[in-house]
Amino acid sequence: MIFVIIFKTDNNLELFRKGLYQMDLFLQYLITGLTVGSIYALLAIGFVTIYNVTGVLNLAQGEFAMIGALSCVTFVNLGIPILGAIPLAILLTAFIGLAVERFAINPAGKATPIVLVVITLGVSTFLKGMGLIIWGTSPKSLPPLVESKSIEFFGAVVNSQSLWILVVLLALLIVLYWFFEKTFLGSALRASEKNPRAASLMGINTKTMSMIAFTIAAGLGAIAGVMIAPLTDATYEMGFFLGIKGFVAMIFGGMHSIPGAVAGGLLLGVIEAFSGGYISTYYTDALAFGFLLLVLFFRPQGLFTKATGERV
Amino acid sequence: MEKVETILYGRRWKSFLGFIALILILPLVVSSQYVFTLLILIGIYCIITIGLSLLIGYAGQISIGHAAFVGIGAYVSGVLTVKYSVSPWVAMGIGMVATFIIAYLIGMQVLKLKGHILALATIAINIIVYILLVGLSDYTGGAGGLVGIPNLSLLGLDLGNQVNFYFFVWSIVFVVILFSTNIIRSSVGRILRSIHDSEIGTETLGVNVTKFKVAIFALSAMYASLAGSLYAHYINFIAPPTFYISFSILLLVMVMVGGVHSIWGAIIGTASIMFLNEVIRFVGHTYFNINGEVEIVVYGLIIILVMIFIPKGLVGILDVRKISPVKSSIKKDVTIKKNVASEKGV
Repeated sequence: MIFVIIFKTDNNLELFRKGLYQMDLFLQYLITGLTVGSIYALLAIGFVTIYNVTGVLNLAQGEFAMIGALSCVTFVNLGIPILGAIPLAILLTAFIGLAVERFAINPAGKATPIVLVVITLGVSTFLKGMGLIIWGTSPKSLPPLVESKSIEFFGAVVNSQSLWILVVLLALLIVLYWFFEKTFLGSALRASEKNPRAASLMGINTKTMSMIAFTIAAGLGAIAGVMIAPLTDATYEMGFFLGIKGFVAMIFGGMHSIPGAVAGGLLLGVIEAFSGGYISTYYTDALAFGFLLLVLFFRPQGLFTKATGERV
Repeated sequence: MEKVETILYGRRWKSFLGFIALILILPLVVSSQYVFTLLILIGIYCIITIGLSLLIGYAGQISIGHAAFVGIGAYVSGVLTVKYSVSPWVAMGIGMVATFIIAYLIGMQVLKLKGHILALATIAINIIVYILLVGLSDYTGGAGGLVGIPNLSLLGLDLGNQVNFYFFVWSIVFVVILFSTNIIRSSVGRILRSIHDSEIGTETLGVNVTKFKVAIFALSAMYASLAGSLYAHYINFIAPPTFYISFSILLLVMVMVGGVHSIWGAIIGTASIMFLNEVIRFVGHTYFNINGEVEIVVYGLIIILVMIFIPKGLVGILDVRKISPVKSSIKKDVTIKKNVASEKGV
């Protein structure tokens, strides 16, 4: 706005137009970035939940988004209205998350982290293959949550789905805050995060907690998939890269906190949108990952956390 | 008197003789061109996975980005021979040196990280290199790939010939194995294992841990570069998708399935995963009439099963030598120690 005022007093029409135009673009990129960033944030929350409760880095997180999106498309095609199809898709994906924990993660027992990472890579490959068998290769589109026109906002065009994504993220944050801070189950989850051994001594079944963590994370992944599908279409391949982006967001946020993960996701989305807009759409990912490397080199503990020591 | 080395590591000549015999016998048994191609590719991939085994199994540093170094090697060879008519051997050497330097510089920063974060950093490097390979299309030919990479020839011997190239690749593999086992059996190898178990512990002994980690990272990258050059000269065509994360993941899976704590594990893992892929594809196409990459379902399932039931890898089954564990009076600490090692080492 300051730009606009300065140019107006200068009475330089050309510059004024240019300034306004740039303002539009800036807002446009910001909104796009926040939209995509919210999706990354949802995935990052899933990562954080699983990582902190079980110590497993679940590289199959993105596949949950894929399953959520594609199963939702199937439910819609079966004639179920979108508002009914979404909860069904989320439930189905959450159930798959539970199954993944039961059949792939739990039997591995106390395997080393690298073995667990490879197992989740196997799960990711398996789910991707199942997606291919069930839904084929062609991209599928999902109707938006509410059919309505795009909204103009200070000259920037905002897709109504973008607004819904932000609303959903905000609502989920409130629900998650309430769940983790105010409910017994949430406290038990946080306890097994802080100190699994002490938690089990207090009568918390850490194995059940691990199951619950996977179920929640899968559900969150499904929400991310269902929300992004109307904007980008869903394919069986969409999962892995989305998952990696969620992982990046989690690292930005410092791996341990949900608010950090959300901030990290939004930051990653905004960086992508701006580098795509102002520098080059082609090198968007290269720039985003270059920024990630810089963060890792200079602040490996995350952008939004205090430095912590390591016990030997 | 027995040498200390043989007491510590056992003799290796038996496995070497077995290896050489297998390499010499296979061409007599195998006649199909298709299987020959597969054997050559296995040889090329083995060079990479042996390097990864040194890095992951011995030094305890994970990498999900080695396809990037394979790509750098392949593209240095490809671009220099196609666009600048450099001799393939010189190009291969330049590729290896360049990759070593690049990996050394990257490693100095990246290897400060540990565990999952290191994994992500290597994924990031892989993605950036991939994007650059596609983006610098003036040199690399972009997404369309680079065609017309010449075959190798050695002292008048045409290595474009399948059989010749087969022996050439596998003799390189042999040299790589010899070199790597020498490293493992030297004091460097012991330091690497020590880093694997506890980095901080090793550092307190006055060892410059970073130096060793970076050196082994650069060495494994150089192996990858060599394999990349060989691949480029064998297939005569390279395109960026070959060097994407999916290939890095495949390499990681090969090493893990074979058994990460042994050089032989890397070779067994590479061979079994390659054959498995082909078998699944063959069975899928002929009996179930499926196309595309549907085989990844079975493939994913097998990775999960192997990792759950034999986390030490296939080589663990084949290893007949049973080493009885050293009896210790302080057994209670074992679990705690294990936890610490697994948290820090990855």
